[in-house]
Amino acid sequence: MVPDLAQRPRTLGDVAALARRASWRGRLGRWSLHVTLGILSLPLTLPYLWLVTAAFSTKASFGLVPTGFTLRNWRFLWEPNLGFVSGTAGRLPNVWQVVGNSLILALGTTITVVVVTTLAGYLMSRHGFRHRERVLRGALMLQAFPGVTLLVALFILLRVLGILNSLVGVLLVIASLHLPFALFVMKGFFDGIPWEVEMASMLDGASRLRTWYSVLLPQVRGGIGAVAIFAFLWGWTDYIFVLTFILRRTSWTMALYLSAVIGEYRSVDYGLLAAVGVFYMIPSLLFFLLTQRHLVQITIGGAKA
Amino acid sequence: MAKVTLEGLGRSFGSVVAVRDLDMIIEDAELVALLGPSGCGKTTTLLMLAGIYRPTQGRIRFDGVVVNDLPPQDRNVGMVFQNYALYPHMSVFDNIAFPLRLLGRPREEKKRRVGRVAEMVQIEPLLERKPGQLSGGQQQRVALARALVKEPTLLLLDEPLSNLDAQLRLLMRVEIKRLQRALGITTVLVTHDQLEAMTMADRIVILHNGVVQQIGSPHELYHRPSNSFVSGFIGSPPMNFLSVRIARVDSRLVFQSVGLQLPVPERLGTRLGERVGGDLLVGVRPEDVRISSAAARDALEGRVVDVEPLGRELAVAIALGAQYVVALASPDFTGRPDDPVWLVPSPERLYAFDATTGRALA
Repeated sequence: MVPDLAQRPRTLGDVAALARRASWRGRLGRWSLHVTLGILSLPLTLPYLWLVTAAFSTKASFGLVPTGFTLRNWRFLWEPNLGFVSGTAGRLPNVWQVVGNSLILALGTTITVVVVTTLAGYLMSRHGFRHRERVLRGALMLQAFPGVTLLVALFILLRVLGILNSLVGVLLVIASLHLPFALFVMKGFFDGIPWEVEMASMLDGASRLRTWYSVLLPQVRGGIGAVAIFAFLWGWTDYIFVLTFILRRTSWTMALYLSAVIGEYRSVDYGLLAAVGVFYMIPSLLFFLLTQRHLVQITIGGAKA
Repeated sequence: MAKVTLEGLGRSFGSVVAVRDLDMIIEDAELVALLGPSGCGKTTTLLMLAGIYRPTQGRIRFDGVVVNDLPPQDRNVGMVFQNYALYPHMSVFDNIAFPLRLLGRPREEKKRRVGRVAEMVQIEPLLERKPGQLSGGQQQRVALARALVKEPTLLLLDEPLSNLDAQLRLLMRVEIKRLQRALGITTVLVTHDQLEAMTMADRIVILHNGVVQQIGSPHELYHRPSNSFVSGFIGSPPMNFLSVRIARVDSRLVFQSVGLQLPVPERLGTRLGERVGGDLLVGVRPEDVRISSAAARDALEGRVVDVEPLGRELAVAIALGAQYVVALASPDFTGRPDDPVWLVPSPERLYAFDATTGRALA
């Protein structure tokens, strides 16, 4: 309702003025949106910027400008024995062994989660077995409990099974605690494939299993990608379970290494801490950069690949 | 190539009966259409033939051998789905070659056979593409080629034309029929479109609520419908039904209703004589009603309600007392809504049905 326009008939000039105003308003709106979002995200981005800056600075600073460029903070990468590092609780193991352990844990989690969810997701999507709804709801509920509450029970369980202190034990714990979520994602992708495609494959002469891997798996590639990324990051970033179940230094992962650098009492070597932190983030960054598209798909609902 | 026998075939899902007591023989190289409204059990029947659903009652035989427990992959059945169900991650060539790949056929043979069916359905230039890059009509041809490449004993078509536009549908109707004749493949077609069934099938099975209403050639179904459901389902515009009571007026048998009276034709007289005072349904097809602008003996007086141009002719809706009748008129018919008209149904084209069971009388 624009009163002065309602009074008299509109001229072409009026329309042009309105159009100009709308276009200005649109541009202004976009700008203010960007500025607002930029300011709101500062608390998230500043720490990371500080981390990168500090990793290349000679001494700790609280600004974003590095004070004296150096690579000394990264010496943990090439010096097998760091010796006494201020802040660390004891001696640090060789970082490459730690990276190896982290990779084993992350990739092991990935493989376990992908294998289990592609099979179980298919079953959940296609087979109307008894109590299916209850199983699905139960699985979702499991995801709602904090895994930390299970620490003691899991500790005992792993010891009884004889896989305490081993990466396999931690891997199984991490994978199983995250399975419900991954299962739901995969089920969503399987739900998106019409039944007829499966029927067609069987009529073409394929067995159920053959249909599953020749016809269905290629169509849920997007889901496999997404679940794999998540599983990798769960394994790579886990702290609480490795801290509790890994007592041997030779089985340390990056999370424990980083936490050791932070230490407990003594003054901390901020440069080293920052460098290790940045190093630790690299795989996560790579994964996100390479797979953004897959991730967007699943957050939108994971229906179509 | 096979003769397919259905013996007392039925399928229920829990307490819901989808199909019951279906008996029929599908001859070698015959094209049979399963026709009915949605939910009538036609697709269930097709999926039983495919081996996807196992019958809960009766037997299916391929050339005399009971195949009830034979899994789909061992039946050598080709099927075209309504949504085509192509494999989106494979090229057109790989889609068509998939059945041969599963049989472990050598490369050369795959190439030769895929090439041959691709030529039959005219999609040779598309073999390198992915299904997502094809139009609906092209996808349909790919689906047909995939079903034909393994030279199936039985071809199943589930509403194969319903996702195509009208023009393409006409073309594919002719082409599918031509291929089916040329290859001599026993074929079962599922459709809810009576025109599709009439034009393509050698015989039609009409299903309603899982029960067979009639099996016969298109000609039989049109001219000798066994009940009011069949007669209302076949033909377009559909048959008109009038609820009437049999009465005797001046020693003549007549159909009577509010505001109308129609003599019972000789042909039906003997059967209906014993039903005087009883209710029944009189059916007459729109093409069998003549519209006249002047009163005549035994003509029914009515009022024009609506005139729909169909192109070649007009469909005129006419109120007869409290009931409606649609009649076809030539394009030079000039009546407008509310004009009085007189209807003369051809007496030899009147059908009578039991008012409660719908069974055809006579």
